[in-house]
Amino acid sequence: MATTTAIYHREVLAASPRRQRVMGIVFVIIAVAIWLLFIRTLADPTAVATYGMTLNVEAETQIQDWVVPVLPALYISMVVNFVLGIYQLLRGFKRWTNLVLGVVVALFIFAFLTWSTSGSSISLAGLFSLTLSSAVTLTMAALSGIMSERAGVVNIAIEGMMLSGAMTASLIGSVTHSLWIGLLAGIAAGMLMALIHGILSIKYKTDQIISGTVINIFATGLTSYISTKFLQIYQDLNNPGVFPPIPIPGLVSIPFIGPILFNNNICVYIMFVVLIVLQIGLFNTRWGLRLRSVGEHPKAADTLGINVIRTRYMAVLLSGAMAGFAGSYFSIGSVGRFDNLMTGGRGFIGLAAMIFGNWNPLGGFGAGMLFGFSDALASKLSILGSAIPSEFLLMAPYIATMIVLAGVVGRTQAPAADGTAYTKE
Amino acid sequence: MENKPEPKKQNAILIFLEELIRPSSSPKGRRRGVSQAILIPVLALFTGLVIGAIFIILTSEEVYAGFGKSFGAGLAASWNSVASAYSALFTGSLGDPPVIFSALQSGDAMAIKKAFNPILESLVAATPYIFASLGVALGFRSGVFNIGAEGQLYMGAIFSCVVGYSLTGLSPWVHIPLAMGAGALGGALWGFVPGWLKAKTGGHEVINTIMMNYIAYNLSTWLLSGPMRRPGEYNPISPNIQPSAMLPNFFGPPTRFHLGFFIALGMAVLVYWLLFKTTWGFELRTVGSNPKAARYAGMNIVVVTIVGMTLSGALAGMAGANEVLGVNHNLALSFSSGYGFDSIALALLGKNNPFGVVLASLLFGTLRNGATKMQVVSGVPIYIISILQAIILAFIAAPAIIRTIYRLRAPKEGEEVLSVRGWGGG
Repeated sequence: MATTTAIYHREVLAASPRRQRVMGIVFVIIAVAIWLLFIRTLADPTAVATYGMTLNVEAETQIQDWVVPVLPALYISMVVNFVLGIYQLLRGFKRWTNLVLGVVVALFIFAFLTWSTSGSSISLAGLFSLTLSSAVTLTMAALSGIMSERAGVVNIAIEGMMLSGAMTASLIGSVTHSLWIGLLAGIAAGMLMALIHGILSIKYKTDQIISGTVINIFATGLTSYISTKFLQIYQDLNNPGVFPPIPIPGLVSIPFIGPILFNNNICVYIMFVVLIVLQIGLFNTRWGLRLRSVGEHPKAADTLGINVIRTRYMAVLLSGAMAGFAGSYFSIGSVGRFDNLMTGGRGFIGLAAMIFGNWNPLGGFGAGMLFGFSDALASKLSILGSAIPSEFLLMAPYIATMIVLAGVVGRTQAPAADGTAYTKE
Repeated sequence: MENKPEPKKQNAILIFLEELIRPSSSPKGRRRGVSQAILIPVLALFTGLVIGAIFIILTSEEVYAGFGKSFGAGLAASWNSVASAYSALFTGSLGDPPVIFSALQSGDAMAIKKAFNPILESLVAATPYIFASLGVALGFRSGVFNIGAEGQLYMGAIFSCVVGYSLTGLSPWVHIPLAMGAGALGGALWGFVPGWLKAKTGGHEVINTIMMNYIAYNLSTWLLSGPMRRPGEYNPISPNIQPSAMLPNFFGPPTRFHLGFFIALGMAVLVYWLLFKTTWGFELRTVGSNPKAARYAGMNIVVVTIVGMTLSGALAGMAGANEVLGVNHNLALSFSSGYGFDSIALALLGKNNPFGVVLASLLFGTLRNGATKMQVVSGVPIYIISILQAIILAFIAAPAIIRTIYRLRAPKEGEEVLSVRGWGGG
């Protein structure tokens, strides 16, 4: 009962006048928070914050650092947020509310960042570059979840699949001295875990969440076992190297965003390709329609001659391939070796990004960027020594997910048959 | 008069067995139900150990070296690697029989303590598992999948630790219950939030509890590197708790066997009583197994879900409190080695029955304790336990696999299927 009424409840909530008022109050509270937390605590009213705009000091195109006077910036953010809040309370932004919410939150983050860098400098380009790097794994994990859940199989085993991908890619990449073979092996390892998940949950109709838990425990044990027994002892087995960055000619010389977006290693570009292919594939092709029908109403799909079981296996295997790829990015895409439990729960955040993005590939990417940004911010600010502990920033994506899940920001809806096994009658 | 207690006792044992071994609806089906309900976990464990042995052989360098020399040498090396690993697992967890025997003969108190220490350590290791998996099992019974025992454990540890070191001059009779209660409160708080969110907004507890895990973890990192850090200490570790808050150690050092074990057993009895002997427990189980029927019967699903999740969290919180008050006597960074996640497997292994859960926890406490020695003696990494655990859990969740391997017949009546409702529909 709780869930069905809740979905209805959320639908009503999304456009209700009550929600409009609540949002208006939230905007005003954020404006007041800027004043209370940042303006009142600012020690030096004439301080400036410096944003570094160049990623690489030796690059040809250098952009001037952006020097922001802190106090005016804070006042502008506060006033804009306050005005938006008042307008929301009086007239309401109606269907644009979520967009305005984005603006308000962005201004708050800007105010916070400016306040914490007052009197010193932070590399904005570095921050965004770190965001992208962090977002690659989160987005791939989210896509992996979308792939399998759109076909009606809950996949909480992404974390485990990523771990096995990371370990295998590092091991095979080191042994064969080929990053490409390593990457393929990582993808294969993810698919192998997915196959177990598929057999347990599709063939034996084990509860999908329990089956996912099994994979997570198994992959954690297996990768740590092999890593402790071999990789940590024989360094040659754990030294695959990293994919080199490939600058895209022409685009890379675009000021500011060029070096951030178009000077990455192949994994980042693959992520973008997969993202676009999946977005179009799911919503603009016959394949996607069939896949989604299996996730929404398997019985109807079966009646129309779609092979539900085969579709689900395919979806789960592809999901495993994506998770394996995401894991490989950890070891051979960024760090260059495998460490025990190196994915550190990113699979679960990817799952959160999937929900945040409402089971949509582009939404998942947006959420991945958002979570990646808070990740990057936390690590940058811990170096800067901010007054707000980095742990709280690290908590932000989790709290945001819970708020989204509770239907405050709007409605998210899982595929209707998500999590239920299908028995042919 | 003298005969009267007899049947009563039998009755109690019968009820115990019955509850341990569900399902059992008709007298005819009961026998097969009984035998398979015990047989499948046992076979799952056995199969897990066999697969573990194969795994040890496949990853042992001595075995490959042996096969390089001759086939016989390879077989001998395989046998040696498995035998040394599993015997270290056994002596490390239950003690070495000859050592125990000679210690008992010598009569030296310290020698006896040392000889029995492995088995006591196994009980110490099992204690947090009992608390946490009781919590998870209670959650399952009320229809919520509490994957957040880890976070609740952290909160329990934080709360009890603060009460443990900040209050001074209390009698242990006051301080221990206070600190333990604080731990339960911390866990309950972390269980209440996802429970409330599920009941009121439909936000799925699996995602919410995972999120709460990370929030708790980050919170503990911040607390330990800031407000709770031991004065004058650079590392993230809390001050030691007051002696009055420490759970009494029965035999003194070097053993660590403490009161927590019996508290855990007490909680198992309490949970059993609550679930199966009270109206409220009946309501909880009905909501868990058939929410539609529960709603038609006029039960308040919202309240049951929230209370179920809160109690589940409280039990997991007590696991954290137990570790702080009984074993570590302080709180350090990443003190939990995945108890929360293991407890999910244990709750399922124990079929969500309090006594089954205790048995499963004892088993895994023993395995984990023995695995430490196994790693030292035979070089088999401790992580093999996680592999075993996953395999066993897979077999428990998909008994059809075990039946296929051992050619068992499927029970006629539908057996209890382990399930969690997905986050999609109702």
